[in-house]
Amino acid sequence: MSEDLDTFRAETRDWLEANCPAEMRRPFRSEADVCWGGRHFEFSSAAQKLWLDRMGAKGWTVPDWPRAYGGGGLSAAEAKVLREEMARLGCRPPLNSFGISMLGPALLKYGSEAQKLEHLPPIARGEIRWCQGYSEPNAGSDLASLATRAEDRGDHFLVNGQKVWTSYADQADWIFCLVRTDPSDKHGGISFVLFDMETPGVSTRPILLISGYSPFCETFFDDVSVPKRNLVGELNKGWDVAKYLLGHEREMISGMGLGGGEVSLGAVAVEAFGTEADGRVDAPVLRGRIALFEVRAAAFRAMSEKFMDELKARRVHPAQPSMMKYVGTELNKQRFELAMAAGGSDALEWESERSRGGATARAWLRTKANSIEGGTSEIQLNIVAKRILQLPGA
Amino acid sequence: MPLFHTDEQAMLLDSARPFMVEQAPVAHLRGLRDAKDATGFAPGLWRQFAEMGFCGMLVDEAEGGLGLGAVEAGIVLEEMGRNLTPSPFLATSVGAVTALRGGSATQRGTWLPRIASGEAVAALAIDEGPHHRPARTALRAERAGNGFRLSGTKSFVQHGHVADLLIVAARSGGEPGEEEGITLFAVERGAEGLHATPERLADASLASRIAFEGVTVDADAVIGEVGTGWATLARTLDMVRTGAASELLGVAAGAMAMTIGYLKERKQFGVAIGSFQVLQHRAAHLYAELEVARAATLKAQQLLDAEDEGAERAVMVAKAMAGLAAQLAVQEGVQMHGGIGMTDDYDIGLYMKRHRVLAELFGDADFHADRLARLAGY
Repeated sequence: MSEDLDTFRAETRDWLEANCPAEMRRPFRSEADVCWGGRHFEFSSAAQKLWLDRMGAKGWTVPDWPRAYGGGGLSAAEAKVLREEMARLGCRPPLNSFGISMLGPALLKYGSEAQKLEHLPPIARGEIRWCQGYSEPNAGSDLASLATRAEDRGDHFLVNGQKVWTSYADQADWIFCLVRTDPSDKHGGISFVLFDMETPGVSTRPILLISGYSPFCETFFDDVSVPKRNLVGELNKGWDVAKYLLGHEREMISGMGLGGGEVSLGAVAVEAFGTEADGRVDAPVLRGRIALFEVRAAAFRAMSEKFMDELKARRVHPAQPSMMKYVGTELNKQRFELAMAAGGSDALEWESERSRGGATARAWLRTKANSIEGGTSEIQLNIVAKRILQLPGA
Repeated sequence: MPLFHTDEQAMLLDSARPFMVEQAPVAHLRGLRDAKDATGFAPGLWRQFAEMGFCGMLVDEAEGGLGLGAVEAGIVLEEMGRNLTPSPFLATSVGAVTALRGGSATQRGTWLPRIASGEAVAALAIDEGPHHRPARTALRAERAGNGFRLSGTKSFVQHGHVADLLIVAARSGGEPGEEEGITLFAVERGAEGLHATPERLADASLASRIAFEGVTVDADAVIGEVGTGWATLARTLDMVRTGAASELLGVAAGAMAMTIGYLKERKQFGVAIGSFQVLQHRAAHLYAELEVARAATLKAQQLLDAEDEGAERAVMVAKAMAGLAAQLAVQEGVQMHGGIGMTDDYDIGLYMKRHRVLAELFGDADFHADRLARLAGY
């Protein structure tokens, strides 16, 4: 087995060396470097598209999905080798996709064979970009109180209502959406449906954030017709699908605590403050705060590795993604607080070339959403307290 | 290698956990403390450790041990931490055994089988001041006859007054603060000029100040080469630091288990206090910190066993993070227990005291964070 893995590692290394363009082996510099794919995506370079096409054709955007659904059919151990070899070469992820990180796992578990065959391969190849229709103006942390309704009209549902905080809804091709199919049952009256964002009656409006960006949208549904074959799982049982998917979303968001790519906080501080004769940053209090933060960040990287290993081996408590999401996002906020403190007035420049368009400041502000989106830190702590620690309900 | 225990390691846990609960629960520590025990551990329990194979678990099979590694030692140490078990295991079976691996065939032949069988106890004489600063070693080793004369003092030497063997870091060259010029010695109990003064610490354990008043040793007491002991010392410290991290995880887990249990049973305002959201959030945060520290510690131990070059940094992360997580666990433990948490009758306070000792031992979180920052160039 380990001999086979060694062979696989050597072959993978060779393939990546030969197929990953040099431009795709550098760290991300800004949001524009992230590849989202989809019908309308504008690739930032030919290399970005080439890298996606090559990885998609091999199924390595989703290495452990079955080949029949566009995946690579790799074992857990092989997928880990692929991740390690990509990290070794510094390869960028070829595709950033809610289809991969959220909808895919839910369809694999709850979707019909026809739904898997229709939707998973285009996700793997980066052809269809998905967004998530969960939150509503009065259903955030109390998600199950959502009101967007879907009426049974024989061969289709008629959907009316409003979603909010739909990430990149204005650039998405399809949406996976929670709708109310039974108003009398809070958790048992929700269904999980899929539809094309070009369906008549769908409209979106970006929400400008404190970072100056609009990753989120308000999304409105006005007599939207959704074919019944697009219902995932059973009618009125969408809450199970939703919870399962949220676990994967939390896993994805927790990855933010890992940092990665960007310049180290210590290096930023050295550049901004200079060093004392002994080589230490000439800002002893900040230096200590950074050092203790880096201890936590390194420990969390180990936790993430352990979590992934246990996930693959099916040894994870189902509420564990909540813990990962909580720790990862809180760390990410601390990282950028320190980055701002280390960068000083340079980091405050909002539009200058020196600050790469205020990249650090905007990222700092963006991280404030990390502990709100995908379920607030407080909700995650509730889940850990009740489901892992078994503390009594209030 | 996946970052969780193998089946064999899980089996070791299955035997270590009930053993420690039955043979050395917190009441065992209380018994030693209340009897004003002058040894620092129970020799009978140490013999049972040997029968379980714990004493020599890191010793090679050819030398009478089990040939296991840092992960396995960590499993035993975590259970010791959970039960606050007083034992020379960390210094002897982890520290001295690792140091002696860099020693001569005679040293290994003399000491390893005796350690494995539970006949010999060892101590690490490294620190000289109130904080762990191994590079600042100043205890002098001067050439004398065909050996050396050792002069100076050591402090915070756990089990130093009863140890059959002292692993001593001394300076044969260079200046305090330098890694060059440090030599490790294996010094036997009873050497002339060796004076150990045991002091009882806050957690009821005993650590000695040791005066070396011209202690003469033969050249064959040198472990490894003269003047280049730092590498062996560093390897030994990596092992005992990650071992202490495991023991801290046990302390944290034991304190947290008591606390969660209390939150479920203690009623105020007619309901269990564990139903209050403010306490739930603090408990959940504590759980998360502990899990993160556990992952960091296992990572360090796996890297040590694989002799990976990243092990040293991973050890620093583990010792620092385990110290921080355990600190939170004992502080929250005492606070959430309220008034009863302040009483000597109740065990939670004992966890707080043990944490404080283990956190200081072989470098606290600040020490390791500073080292990591230096290595990262800031």
